[in-house]
Amino acid sequence: MDFPKDLKYTREHEWIKVEDDIATVGITDYAQDSLGDVVYVELPQEGATVTKNEPFGVVESVKAVSDLYSPVSGSVVEVNDAVIESPEAINEDPYGDAWMIRIEVGSPDDLGDLITAEEYQRFIEEEK
Amino acid sequence: MEPKRTPLYEIHRSLKAKFVDFAGWLMPVEYSGVIEEHLRVRTSCGLFDVSHMGEVEVAGPGALDAVQRLITNDMGRIGDGGCQYTLLCRPDGGVVDDCIVYRFSRERFLFIANASNTQKVFEWMRGQVPAASVIDRSGEFAMLAVQGPSSVEVMRPLMEMEPASIKGFHFVEAKIKGAEAVVSRTGYTGEDGFEVYIDPKDAPGVWKAVMDSGARFGMLPVGLGARDTLRLEMGYPLYGHELTDETTPIEAGLNRFVSLDKPDFIGKGAIEAQALKGVEKTLVGFELLEAGVPRAGYEINLKGTKAGFVTSGTLSPVLKKGIGMAYVIPGAKTPGTEIEVIIRKRAVRARVRKTPFYRRKLFEKTV
Repeated sequence: MDFPKDLKYTREHEWIKVEDDIATVGITDYAQDSLGDVVYVELPQEGATVTKNEPFGVVESVKAVSDLYSPVSGSVVEVNDAVIESPEAINEDPYGDAWMIRIEVGSPDDLGDLITAEEYQRFIEEEK
Repeated sequence: MEPKRTPLYEIHRSLKAKFVDFAGWLMPVEYSGVIEEHLRVRTSCGLFDVSHMGEVEVAGPGALDAVQRLITNDMGRIGDGGCQYTLLCRPDGGVVDDCIVYRFSRERFLFIANASNTQKVFEWMRGQVPAASVIDRSGEFAMLAVQGPSSVEVMRPLMEMEPASIKGFHFVEAKIKGAEAVVSRTGYTGEDGFEVYIDPKDAPGVWKAVMDSGARFGMLPVGLGARDTLRLEMGYPLYGHELTDETTPIEAGLNRFVSLDKPDFIGKGAIEAQALKGVEKTLVGFELLEAGVPRAGYEINLKGTKAGFVTSGTLSPVLKKGIGMAYVIPGAKTPGTEIEVIIRKRAVRARVRKTPFYRRKLFEKTV
């Protein structure tokens, strides 16, 4: 399983990449593997407000429904429509094609408790 | 309580299966992926470990009469070597379990019970007919299912007899790779296939032999995830979802498995009365007309008013749309009726339709 070092992670299994004040968010390799075949994604509209640690969308595999939690608060500036069209991209390329939303980060303080790739890997080992 | 393991647990682990605790058993839910496994069964073949299923025997001089009293279907309609799908009902018509019954002779029958119900079925049966005639043999069997259009060819090299000579809903006592087995032409996928009962100690060897024989057809091991999506595409009920102690065979639309011509069986009076009077809820199939995945427990609306609830739902891997089954009020039961499924407070358009959702000819066989 792959956990790129240039990304930050949440204990809800999202990854986040911050460039300037724009955060790109998706779910981790571990999350997609645990879900199995992803068949449906629900994401907020562009312009919507998301809140740190609150659900911003839903991902569904054949087996189950899971909430997506926002790693930061802010407003959604871009939504990946391609991943809504082809949710299987989440299984195939969770860190690339299957990014989900871009958020304009409201407060840089929100980034403080995000964890590193190593910390995330340790966290999922313990969770197993 | 630690979940039970089937005799194939180590094999599943070596195949990197994901496991789920199902009815007290640690069972493989998927190996390579639910959709791939599902489509392989539809187009070629798959192998399932279903050793969690229960086996309860009714035997002795009065066995046929005892079975006839326990089941809604008519065991008199089939001969020795036949199997029959049936329901076991309570006096009020509620379903105790749905089973396949294997008729070895007038004096020996084997009920295949749902894993979640095995203990309940065993105790229920012992309370209704002479207890000494009812024996729980679940520990004596491992159960495999070989399913898919290539099943006959997969089985042929493993048997001394021609597997195609076993007719649908019939079984034989035969050897598979030298192991004593009961082999029936049955399944829970809608495809051609076999179910195989063997001694647990023979299970790993038989599993490997079947997988080897299936290799040239691309046979895959298949978990409970695809078992559920396959049965749902066929509109087959699953106990705990479409069938419960509180639902009757009439409500579930299983009238053809209820033989009201039989002199008597447990629940006959209540079922007969309901068949005459009509039911307040009916099991239907539906498909979504928009994107989404229906799930058990979601509400069904008819023109904005609550009209029922979903019992099972999934994204059909063949049709690539949301499908499900639901109990609905009479006004919503007719195929073609537009209903709404409430998914996360949003009303998603759906249409009642006949099941099965899938028929075999949709797919050409591929080797």
